[in-house]
Amino acid sequence: MAEGRPNEEAERVLAAIRQAVVQEAPLEVVGAGTKRGLGRPVDSADRLDLSGLTGIDLYEPEELVLRAGAGTPLAEIEAAAAENRQHLAFEPPDFGPLYGGEAGRQTIGGVIACNLAGPRRIQAGAARDHFLGVEAVSGRGEAFKAGGRVVKNVTGYDLCKLLAGSHGTLAAMTRITVKILPAPGKIRTVMVLGLDDEAAGAAMRAAMGSPYEVSGAAHLPAAIAAENPVDMVRDADGAATLVRVEGPGPSVEARAASLHALLSEHGRTEELHSSRSGALWRHLRDAAPFAAETGRPLWRVSVPPTAGAALAARIAASGPVRHCFDWAGGLVWLELPDESDRARATLVRAAAADAGGHALLLRGSVELRAELPVFQPPSPGRAALTARIKDAFDPRGILNPGRMYPEG
Amino acid sequence: MQMPEPDRSVQDRAPEIVRGLRSILAGEAVIAGEAELRAYECDGLTAYKALPMAVVLPSTTEEVARVLRFCKSQGVKVVPRGAGTSLSGGTLPLVDGIVLGLGKFNSVLEIDFENRCAVVQPGVTNLAISQAVDHAGFYYAPDPSSQIACSIGGNVAENAGGVHCLKYGVTTNNLLGVELVTMEGEVLRIGGKGLDAEGYDLLGIVTGSEGLLGVITEVTVRILRKPETARAVLIGFPSNEQAGDCVAKVIGAGIIPGGMEMMDKPAIRATEDFVHAGYPLDVEALLIVELDGPKAEVDHLIETVATIAAACGAVYTRASENEDERLTFWAGRKAAFPAIGRISPDYFCMDGTIPRHRLPEVLTRMAELSAKYGLRVANVFHAGDGNLHPLILYDANAPGELEKAEEFGADILRLCVEVGGVLTGEHGVGVEKRDLMPAMFSEEDLKQQQRVKCAFDPEGLLNPGKVFPVLHRCAELGRMHIHRGQMPFPDLPRF
Repeated sequence: MAEGRPNEEAERVLAAIRQAVVQEAPLEVVGAGTKRGLGRPVDSADRLDLSGLTGIDLYEPEELVLRAGAGTPLAEIEAAAAENRQHLAFEPPDFGPLYGGEAGRQTIGGVIACNLAGPRRIQAGAARDHFLGVEAVSGRGEAFKAGGRVVKNVTGYDLCKLLAGSHGTLAAMTRITVKILPAPGKIRTVMVLGLDDEAAGAAMRAAMGSPYEVSGAAHLPAAIAAENPVDMVRDADGAATLVRVEGPGPSVEARAASLHALLSEHGRTEELHSSRSGALWRHLRDAAPFAAETGRPLWRVSVPPTAGAALAARIAASGPVRHCFDWAGGLVWLELPDESDRARATLVRAAAADAGGHALLLRGSVELRAELPVFQPPSPGRAALTARIKDAFDPRGILNPGRMYPEG
Repeated sequence: MQMPEPDRSVQDRAPEIVRGLRSILAGEAVIAGEAELRAYECDGLTAYKALPMAVVLPSTTEEVARVLRFCKSQGVKVVPRGAGTSLSGGTLPLVDGIVLGLGKFNSVLEIDFENRCAVVQPGVTNLAISQAVDHAGFYYAPDPSSQIACSIGGNVAENAGGVHCLKYGVTTNNLLGVELVTMEGEVLRIGGKGLDAEGYDLLGIVTGSEGLLGVITEVTVRILRKPETARAVLIGFPSNEQAGDCVAKVIGAGIIPGGMEMMDKPAIRATEDFVHAGYPLDVEALLIVELDGPKAEVDHLIETVATIAAACGAVYTRASENEDERLTFWAGRKAAFPAIGRISPDYFCMDGTIPRHRLPEVLTRMAELSAKYGLRVANVFHAGDGNLHPLILYDANAPGELEKAEEFGADILRLCVEVGGVLTGEHGVGVEKRDLMPAMFSEEDLKQQQRVKCAFDPEGLLNPGKVFPVLHRCAELGRMHIHRGQMPFPDLPRF
């Protein structure tokens, strides 16, 4: 947390990008590098390493804000927050192990740049919803800032939103301000047993439509549930539909009881208390059911919640697939057995589009990610606008060229 | 207020332009008579007025696209307008432009409880969305004070907030998708009923862009199930410091109330005189804290808040015992602006946000400024998120008072920035705070924002003169200067 050090590092980032502009030598932008497998392979020989931009330089728990260098390990931020019984409410996942790496190494910048969010997305929003302010260097070699350090701000364009989920293609973020919120005291999970995907979708939507402030709704088909590290889920001997409530003790008990009553109409219910719930939702957050076979292609499909089960069924009808659902059915994880069958990849894309959503190839070999679009191919109008936005920040294609789309 | 120099060559062609618009839209959808145009000369920021060349009221997305294509071909500027309730002059007309009103886009298109969303046209009012889903126990969370009148399209353009946004988020956190027509007349669908963006977060950048990037013709919002119960508690303090301290301690205790509002003594008196909400008149500061959720939680937290308040020196505490009482507590706060309107011929509503712990200092300095300018000020304050609404009382008919009030307001906003805050928490920059933007942003910060504008509207025809104090040509903004292998100003300190 040494004063001044992040600034020197930020000056170094500025100088490196300016040099890259002049030399027309593109840069691969990395923090801890835990998600280098996310996105198309970057066409660049040089790396811009942001992992030196470390340190929390502002944390005011009562103001709900925290500011840190973009390369600050997320674990450091989470530990500081936990000391004040606070957390990042969007529940950032750790995908390190999905790519064969270690857990616990990613940076706050990486989490924001990929706009990641865990199961609480349905209640609390994604990284972009908690991203208050930024200092960054554009691909033009210019330092700029946007947003602020207060939780409510509409001054100027919300450039933070553009940078969240831009995968380092617009600017190298040097300093990040996030909203940080009280962590819940208690967690409970109501588990409904033995539902098929469609029935599970209906149960999750019923829970989401209740006034019981559900903060997680996921469904594990039997094959996935059987491998769960939490005994009660593993021993369920079939599919497990999981609904989470969090908050102060008396409230959580009352809501869990109400959800029992509501969900017992859908199937047999059981209840998991705080420690089992904690382990369970961390596992789901990190997509850990898909961390064992890192050579298999993994798709993350975002659709309207009512469309999730049918989409999974459509893929399953074309061959073997391991799948599960989060976000009340609106997030579908699909792991295919191998990547040689390009037709099935095309089918995933088409199914996502038909369902009114989009598919991200979250994991695949370098060859596959070079060959297939990793992000859903945009419509012509959207593609043109995307190119102009890229141009507005990085006209010479210096930052992460090709990371999101082949043309930029 | 200096607006961009009108383009005489466009003004001179006004009759021809009106004829062109009439070839696109049926007769009554193009307004060009001076008397009728008067209705559109200003928005909620009544200090600034201008008459546009015409007002058009299209009823379909295709008509919007055709109007925009026509205006682009003729070099005509376009100011989009929803209900015209902007407090920052976001829909102030341009004399060489037209106003594009979305008032005819007033239908709720689809309610989808299963996916917890509603698809509506942009002219639907904020409150009408909640009313449309109320029968099933749902509502739309962001609730600006003007919710009875303001349109959802305007809410998107301004990223509107409200008293419940600390817990439930502002517009941007409650949007799922929009249909947007660009200045080129291209119709883009952004987002949908799913959660995450595909590619760049265009929905995020369009929200709060104040009508400078495109015209919104459809909106998909997330709807939420109403909380089981809600209770409010009124808490009076002998000083602003103690009230501010209480707010910090409530949040420090891990409680995020559904709403947490503060009023200072002048605001308390004005609203109490107006709506008789039963506010105590012998306190310096009043908090309204609302807890919502399951009954067990609300009752538990009301107790906790009352205990914290007592420890902070509260001299008055009263919790609502039924729904009528809760609504009465809010009636005063929600009527704060008209209440001030009763005691002063005119008022400016400011909208800065500050780090909350700087509140006592900001209020003290505001009182000094009030004495300096000889103008009264009353404060209502979204205390949970630090969003101040100082109301500056003035009389536009008294020579020089408007200018004094403007200067007073500018000083307050500069003060907000100085203590680590921002110029606007929820009302937008518009024309009102446009020239203060350099207090918060460097030239490079502003240029980067304008480059995004250029990506959507390279000729700068959509709502120019708002948000940005200096208009640059897009070609100039896009240029990069590299001379003999060097970029200029390598040693400028930037961090």
